[in-house]
Amino acid sequence: MKHLISIGDLDRASAIELLDTSSRMVATQERQMRKLPTLVGTTVVNLFMEDSTRTRISFEAAAKRLSADVINFSAKGSSISKGESLKDTALTLRAMGADAVVVRAPSSGAAHKLAHSGWIDVPIINAGDGTHQHPTQALLDTFTLRRHLGGEQKQGECSGSVDGSGLDGLHVVVVGDIMHSRVARSNVQLMTLLGAHVTLVAPPSLVPVGADVWPCDVLYDLDEAIALQPDAVMMLRVQRERMLGGGYFPSAAEYTRRLQLTTERAHRLPEHAIVMHPGPMNRGFEIAGGVADGRRSVIVEQVAAGVSVRMAVLFHLLASNAREES
Amino acid sequence: MTPTAAGSTADTTPDALLIRGARPYGEEAADVLVQDGLIAAVGHDLEAPDGAEVIDAEGCVLLPGLVDLHTHLREPGGEEAETVETGTRAAARGGFTAVHAMANTTPVADTAGVVEQVLQRGEDAAWCAVVPIGAVTVGLGGERLAELDAMARSRARVRVFSDDGKCVSDPVLMRRALEYVKTFDGVIAQHAQDPRLTEGAQMHEGRVSAELGLTGWPSVAEESIIARDVLLAEHVGSRLHVCHLSTAGSVEIIRWAKQRGVDVTAEVTPHHLLLTDDEARGYDAVYKVNPPLRTRADVEAVRAGLADGTIDIVATDHAPHPHDAKDREWDTAAFGMTGLETALGIVQHTMVDTGALTWRDVARVLSETPARIARDTDQGRPLEAGEVANLLVWDPRPSAEVDPEAHASRGRNSPVAGRSLPGANRLTLLGGRPTVRDTQLVAR
Ligand SMILES: [Zn+2]
Repeated sequence: MKHLISIGDLDRASAIELLDTSSRMVATQERQMRKLPTLVGTTVVNLFMEDSTRTRISFEAAAKRLSADVINFSAKGSSISKGESLKDTALTLRAMGADAVVVRAPSSGAAHKLAHSGWIDVPIINAGDGTHQHPTQALLDTFTLRRHLGGEQKQGECSGSVDGSGLDGLHVVVVGDIMHSRVARSNVQLMTLLGAHVTLVAPPSLVPVGADVWPCDVLYDLDEAIALQPDAVMMLRVQRERMLGGGYFPSAAEYTRRLQLTTERAHRLPEHAIVMHPGPMNRGFEIAGGVADGRRSVIVEQVAAGVSVRMAVLFHLLASNAREES
Repeated sequence: MTPTAAGSTADTTPDALLIRGARPYGEEAADVLVQDGLIAAVGHDLEAPDGAEVIDAEGCVLLPGLVDLHTHLREPGGEEAETVETGTRAAARGGFTAVHAMANTTPVADTAGVVEQVLQRGEDAAWCAVVPIGAVTVGLGGERLAELDAMARSRARVRVFSDDGKCVSDPVLMRRALEYVKTFDGVIAQHAQDPRLTEGAQMHEGRVSAELGLTGWPSVAEESIIARDVLLAEHVGSRLHVCHLSTAGSVEIIRWAKQRGVDVTAEVTPHHLLLTDDEARGYDAVYKVNPPLRTRADVEAVRAGLADGTIDIVATDHAPHPHDAKDREWDTAAFGMTGLETALGIVQHTMVDTGALTWRDVARVLSETPARIARDTDQGRPLEAGEVANLLVWDPRPSAEVDPEAHASRGRNSPVAGRSLPGANRLTLLGGRPTVRDTQLVAR
């Protein structure tokens, strides 16, 4: 694996290997000396052409804990916002001696273009491209799921090792704006690759035409999905602009009535079920505040997992490549 | 003055040219004698007059020079992408003796002055006839009619009007345009795309767009406009031409309209005969085009439609772009592909070599019918004595890998780069003068 552009770059074995490495990274983060010397002398560029403080900080922390130097190259106030192309930016980063580029971009396919256009020849990590893919988010979601529900401990606490295992037999419900969600696309691919069954729930106007061949079920009714007693429910952020600009749904009130994970709905989930959200949340819109902060919620844990998973990705792309070269 | 005769001179034309053994329309071999810019004789064992050049064309197919009804020459205003000179060189290399230059230039070809300027540039270049297409609405703005009559009566004798690149989406304006061009036997060539259904659209809406996260361009956005337009054309008794039809549903609507007797013609591009939306998977914007590449089922349907005559012609929608307009993220890249230099190769590959069309059909869809739709006088004519010698000698036997770097077009955005295509342009005659010999341009 030279780049991480899409979950399609992974097979089951390499996905599990990444999750297992993430577990080891978690262990290192529980030590007093959290910083590992692995990537000393390596420069990782965070190229963020779209605002996402959360994701950028997560990648930055991951790179720094592996002792890499980090350069943040953000759209705001930079040459990109003045019309410089992705290509010119890539040529600049190459000249600066970047060893890897983490890219977040509003254009679907931007990470693929960076990796395959001959503009720059270093590992590219997709930190979210348009409405296409967000593979590290799917990895951290999957990591969190596996930690809680993986292996043989479906009903239990997250105690024993889940290394080596997938998500076999789990049922995950993903709710919200599927059409515009790179998180949904990546998660459907990764979770099913690891043996989970995924059910998407959305108003029909927010399900893309062509999703009929995705390896998952699609429902329009959250209550119907909850009646299936899933092991986990992931709520996606829904942008209120989708009402006005696109007319995808009539009103916030109607959306909330039909699709909000309310306390009452959460109560109907099985005892062991967990609640996830990739953030940032619209409390009181797609998810009730009480559920976000409730006992089922693993939302804060997802954030912590993000750093470990991104450390694992950087480790696999950079440390193992360095080994091959020497 | 006809656009064809214009600009063609006899400077380096041999006194006479005897093409030996080519097969007119791919049928029985014959000799063709060209003299004084005309076909002087067609027959067997013709004598070569004194001073005549004899060309051995055994095994080659003889066709009337190809006629493209949909070419973006980019001049004026887009000279970085193409000029009349480079675009017509590309046309000649593709076997064309006439191209119809789309109106979406800068300034827009919406006045007699601009269309006459384009005509003049074509006459100066003299690689093929350049027939200007006039804009339907002022500045392609879709709000009020351009001075269609002035363009029709100008020296450019415009008969085809199109806002191509944009759809005349206002139904009242479309109705008025259809009615208005009846005065001079004109035709409205519609780029069928409902603008509201395609806001931000990047590629065909379907399974591939869902996976790639690119905004979809649904088939219905094309089909609903075509359905409306054929009904409008029927209602007002006017002539309608549908540009670059791309979906199975569009083929069905045209078939239905023709059965009702609507005076409608339709075109398909070479790329829609060959390629599908799967090409978008690598996010290589060379495959970004409008209308977008569709599904395999659509490709099969447009091939069948072309074979059974529902689709009347093949037109290239040749749309060259500078490298930078394509070497970028998909959603910021330009729409369009080059096509002039690969059109006949693609048609041979997809339609002739598969048995779906004969060479006589090819003469119909790539020369005779486009000329008839545009009311061109000396193009798409029979291969008979007395006709202007606008001819193509095509050797269907060799095949070669497409190398855009070797193209005469300024555009390098060929969707068939690296593919092998059959056929070679052995000789193209424009008014009896060779513009191409053995795939190479012949300077005047
Ligand atoms: Zn068009």
